[in-house]
Amino acid sequence: METKKKTALSDPKMVTRAVRDSFIKLNPKVQAKNPVMLLVYISAIMTSILFVVSLFGIKDAPSGFTLAIAVILWFTVIFANFAEAIAEGRGKAQADSLRAAKKDVQANKIPSPSQKEKITKILSASLKKGDYVIVRAGEQIPADGEVVEGAASVDESAITGESAPVIRESGGDRSAVTGGTTVISDWLVIQVTSEAGESFLDKMIAMVEGAARKKTPNEIALQIFLVALSIIFILVTVSLYAYSLFSARQAGIVNPTSVTSLVALLVCLAPTTIGALLSAIGIAGMSRLNQANVLAMSGRAIEAAGDVDILMLDKTGTITLGNRQACEFIPVDGTDMGELADAAQLSSLADETPEGRSIVVLAKEEFGLRGRNMSDLHMTFIPFTAATRMSGADFPGNEIRKGAADAIRAYAKDGGYPYSRECEETVTRISNQGGTPLLVAKNHKILGVIHLKDIIKQGVQEKFADLRKIGIKTIMITGDNPLTAAAIAAEAGVDDFLAEATPEGKLAMIRDFQSKGHLVAMTGDGTNDAPALAQADVAVAMNSGTQAAKEAGNMVDLDSSPTKLIDIVRIGKQLLMTRGSLTTFSIANDVAKYFAIIPALFLGLYPQLSALNIMNLHNAQSAILSAIIYNALIIIALIPLALKGVKYREVSAGRLLSRNLLIYGLGGIIAPFVCIKLIDMIIVALGFVGNI
Amino acid sequence: MTNTVLQYALYLVILAALAIPLGAYIGKVMNGEKVFMSRILVPCENFLYRILHVKKDEEMNWKKYAVSVFAFSGISLIFLFLLQMLQGVLPGNPEGIEGMSWHLSFNTAVSFVTNTNWQAYSGEAQASYLTQALGLTVQNFVSAAVGIAVLFAVIRGFTRVKTQGLGSFWVDVTRIILYVLIPLAVIVSIGIASQGVVQTLKPYETVDLLEPAAVDADGNILEDAVIDGDTVTVDGKAVDGAQIITQQVVPLGPAASQVAIKQLGTNGGGFFGVNSAHPLENPTPFSNMLEMLSILLIPVSLCFTFGRNVKNKKQGAAIFAAMFIMLAAALAIIAVNEHAATPQLAAGGAVDLSQSGQSGGNMEGKETRFGIASSATWAAFTTAASNGSVNSMHDSYTPLGGMITMLQMMLGEVIFGGVGCGLYGMLAFAILAVFIAGLMVGRTPEFLEKKIEPYEMKMAVLACLATPIAILAGSGIAALVPGVADSLNNSGAHGFSEVLYAYSSCGGNNGSAFAGFGANTPFLNVSLGLVMLFARFVPIAAVLGIAGSMAGKKKIAVTAGTLSTTNAMFIFLLIFVVLLVGALSFFPALALGPIADFFQMIG
Repeated sequence: METKKKTALSDPKMVTRAVRDSFIKLNPKVQAKNPVMLLVYISAIMTSILFVVSLFGIKDAPSGFTLAIAVILWFTVIFANFAEAIAEGRGKAQADSLRAAKKDVQANKIPSPSQKEKITKILSASLKKGDYVIVRAGEQIPADGEVVEGAASVDESAITGESAPVIRESGGDRSAVTGGTTVISDWLVIQVTSEAGESFLDKMIAMVEGAARKKTPNEIALQIFLVALSIIFILVTVSLYAYSLFSARQAGIVNPTSVTSLVALLVCLAPTTIGALLSAIGIAGMSRLNQANVLAMSGRAIEAAGDVDILMLDKTGTITLGNRQACEFIPVDGTDMGELADAAQLSSLADETPEGRSIVVLAKEEFGLRGRNMSDLHMTFIPFTAATRMSGADFPGNEIRKGAADAIRAYAKDGGYPYSRECEETVTRISNQGGTPLLVAKNHKILGVIHLKDIIKQGVQEKFADLRKIGIKTIMITGDNPLTAAAIAAEAGVDDFLAEATPEGKLAMIRDFQSKGHLVAMTGDGTNDAPALAQADVAVAMNSGTQAAKEAGNMVDLDSSPTKLIDIVRIGKQLLMTRGSLTTFSIANDVAKYFAIIPALFLGLYPQLSALNIMNLHNAQSAILSAIIYNALIIIALIPLALKGVKYREVSAGRLLSRNLLIYGLGGIIAPFVCIKLIDMIIVALGFVGNI
Repeated sequence: MTNTVLQYALYLVILAALAIPLGAYIGKVMNGEKVFMSRILVPCENFLYRILHVKKDEEMNWKKYAVSVFAFSGISLIFLFLLQMLQGVLPGNPEGIEGMSWHLSFNTAVSFVTNTNWQAYSGEAQASYLTQALGLTVQNFVSAAVGIAVLFAVIRGFTRVKTQGLGSFWVDVTRIILYVLIPLAVIVSIGIASQGVVQTLKPYETVDLLEPAAVDADGNILEDAVIDGDTVTVDGKAVDGAQIITQQVVPLGPAASQVAIKQLGTNGGGFFGVNSAHPLENPTPFSNMLEMLSILLIPVSLCFTFGRNVKNKKQGAAIFAAMFIMLAAALAIIAVNEHAATPQLAAGGAVDLSQSGQSGGNMEGKETRFGIASSATWAAFTTAASNGSVNSMHDSYTPLGGMITMLQMMLGEVIFGGVGCGLYGMLAFAILAVFIAGLMVGRTPEFLEKKIEPYEMKMAVLACLATPIAILAGSGIAALVPGVADSLNNSGAHGFSEVLYAYSSCGGNNGSAFAGFGANTPFLNVSLGLVMLFARFVPIAAVLGIAGSMAGKKKIAVTAGTLSTTNAMFIFLLIFVVLLVGALSFFPALALGPIADFFQMIG
């Protein structure tokens, strides 16, 4: 895990690989994908040709100057390639290790789950959808599938990087298995759900490597803007040549602008900084998501995450700790407190649920009741069933039951005991406080109520308040009744809740929000979550969930952590912000570049224009060279920012905008003035330009 | 000093005060709501629809709307083109004016259909009464109406949800002319006619000169000539073949009606060649104020119409504020430069610059009855709105004063701009602004609760960049054509400014000119004509495309994470984007023109 924290730029292996890749990417086919950099690429070729031609005496600028421009332009192209290559680096490394997991193995194919002995050995690659295979301890799971029989612990570290094994079993929400993971104990019968080439692992490799990366709509829109700007700048430089010719003719002098210097001007003006870093920003965003152990099925999903304004969060695990805990015994109808505690403890001794255990703990802490051995008391434990909706214990002559209010009420009625008003009031009071009342009865007589309380996770209130500041509403999804849900919602500070949630209810709620113009994100794991996941704009399926859920979602959380949604939103926003900020920076830079180059170009025509040379650059050539060197170096300088993303804070849109405008807008205007001046001083000091 | 500042402030305050109620009125007209003139005009409107076979409640999709605009403008263009070429043989021509050459006719037809009113011709010499009345005046109304109609369609695109219809082009044009342009034109016509602007169908009149003038054999005026009986002497020497002129032909015509609509509809094509500097087109300070306010009245009102009809008055106010701030800044720069004049004028106390009254400052090319304040304000207004009428000669402004007039056109005529087109152009800039700003706050961009996606972006850049593209390409080519230099009145940087101004004026669909520029040549007529067409119709198609696509979208909910497009930050950002696009596109050109001119001037 330690290696993950290392940035790509500080890993010599990745840097070497990226340097190599940046030369491979000089292939015109690769360059053609990025119009802005294609312009630089063509300019580099053009100035190189101009240099060669100038050696034969055909020139409008000194050969050395043309050569210098050509070399810097080539570096600009290579720097842009490097930015992309280094961003891809981590993904490629991850893909390599995934590929190692994706080797062909022998699969034990069986005709049907009932005929486990009729094993045919075939290669995993030739498995078809719907085939059954049996996988035993120590064997690798040959393909993605659904567990149809058995339960086993599975090592999924090849995919999740998490070494602790997980349980996979038939039925329920933990039935999906992934090809390339290993069964550690027991066995599983699996029905294959995807064939070779389309498996989760294949998709994952393609995603992390960026091979399946398509430009997202927002990226395309930005590119349209950048291309349009480039076209304008082509027109600006071409028309400038004409203007200069016109003015020179009027003044009766030779045209002072050379093609080389105009090409340099064009490259300086074109939004090369953002053009060079645009794809790196996208890849790095994806890569940050991967580092958070979330696999997005498309880049679009990450952008959508930035726009999400409704988060539907499952209560359990996200807002509350997984379990409810007993916090109080409340005897009713004159029952003695000790008797209630005793009965509660007895009924829970063998109850392995977290709630049951918390009752035993409470009885011990508050009343000093020590754990007793069930067999000593000749007790038999009565487990919870859906039919009775009670659990408890029987021992000679006695039976103790605990359960939800309506279940125990019916139980009491069976024995002819009343459900007293006091009892009812207690139940209502606990519900109103967001607790869960659990009634305890002995031999049909109600003794009292146990108050089970949801424990709100630490820090969630603050988190939700932060989210509210950036305009994101949180909705708590829970199976609890509305009263309980309302109380927990109020305590946790969520904006709204959906109580007694059903899959249909979730789906309806998502549709309702969407029809009002909201974008909704949710997490889910069960098969019954699939329709809601498919409807949500950002749908994160737990890796531990079912295959259906994973297919319906557009992201998979390999850690299966319910709080991951919040991180995903942050990464999405950060990606968009980085794009916007660097675009602003890139365009703001042009102001200084104009002030460097325009006076330099026309000093011969209108000496008075030197008043515009506010940086006081040495001479025309040094001015143009400094501007274009700055233009190349700024790409390298901004690579770390492109990879890391700009700083993100949970503040309102207005404050975020003023902050970023100040840093990247104003900074983008000032920075090049300083840097170009410095570069000018350095190249003059090094004697690269003569005194003309 | 205080007086002068008060004068500037007064113009701006009156303008805003008139625009707010008019904006609400136009908004009602657009929606077909009841207004105080409905009782009289609804029957007229219905009558027109009946004879024109227009379905009143038709909902056109954006393509049909665009096709209607193009068809209507195309037919107008052809009609006007033929009318002007044939005016010599048509009636309504008491002065016997000849038909225009094909290129001049093309240029003039394009110019009026595109609401530019660039005048390569001189009204009193080259346009017959019939051409003026049936061709030019009609276009003054309808080309203005087309611009406003397109804006209406765009507004509907923003407000409607998941639908295709943007309203009916024919209904929109009819309503704008009937309810807005004609009533306003009548009011303004009467107002200026009361000040002495001519309105007659009589032939030109001949009047005696107060003092005779002398011309040489070629018809050029002899300056410093001394006339004594029949002999003319200059510097004591007699001039052979000199003629003495004692009478002058005073051109007349139905000027007041055309002047009113040329101002209101941001057309700008003067009835007479020198436009509103002409004493019969703009005789008094009051007529000047009326005409000047008419320039910006509708464009400013439309900001409020927009806010009202998108049900977000703050949005309209924000766009108004952005435009108003830029206008005020432009006006301030022009005014300061004209009042300060030039070192050359100040040399040896030739001009008294110590006071800001009528006679101080750079009065070259300005009418003494208006003075600097009213001239500078007009110059700022007319180039902010794509009007192009003038009451002073921009060619004679100081380099920086002149540069601002040029820059306002280069920015795409979005500082209020032409009627309708200024605002829809600004909305395209707003889309660019929210695109960048939206990204910076970590959301994919949205405007007026609609998502901005690649298609809108494509159309918005097309709309915003059409003007720079047209100006740069046009002037670049013109700079390479050898004959263009002959059209110039000056050489060097100022000469280049004249070329640049011509293309900026046409590229901004403005129509004003740096007076020295002789534009009636085949190359200039055709190239400027093409620039006008491109700068007018590409943005129209683009913004209608945006409207169509926006109408089909659902609305996005507004949350705390939504970027506000009504606060000061947005206003700042919008101004920034407009100026940035303009500056990046034109800094080199301006450096070779007015900026070089300026530095040469101050030495």
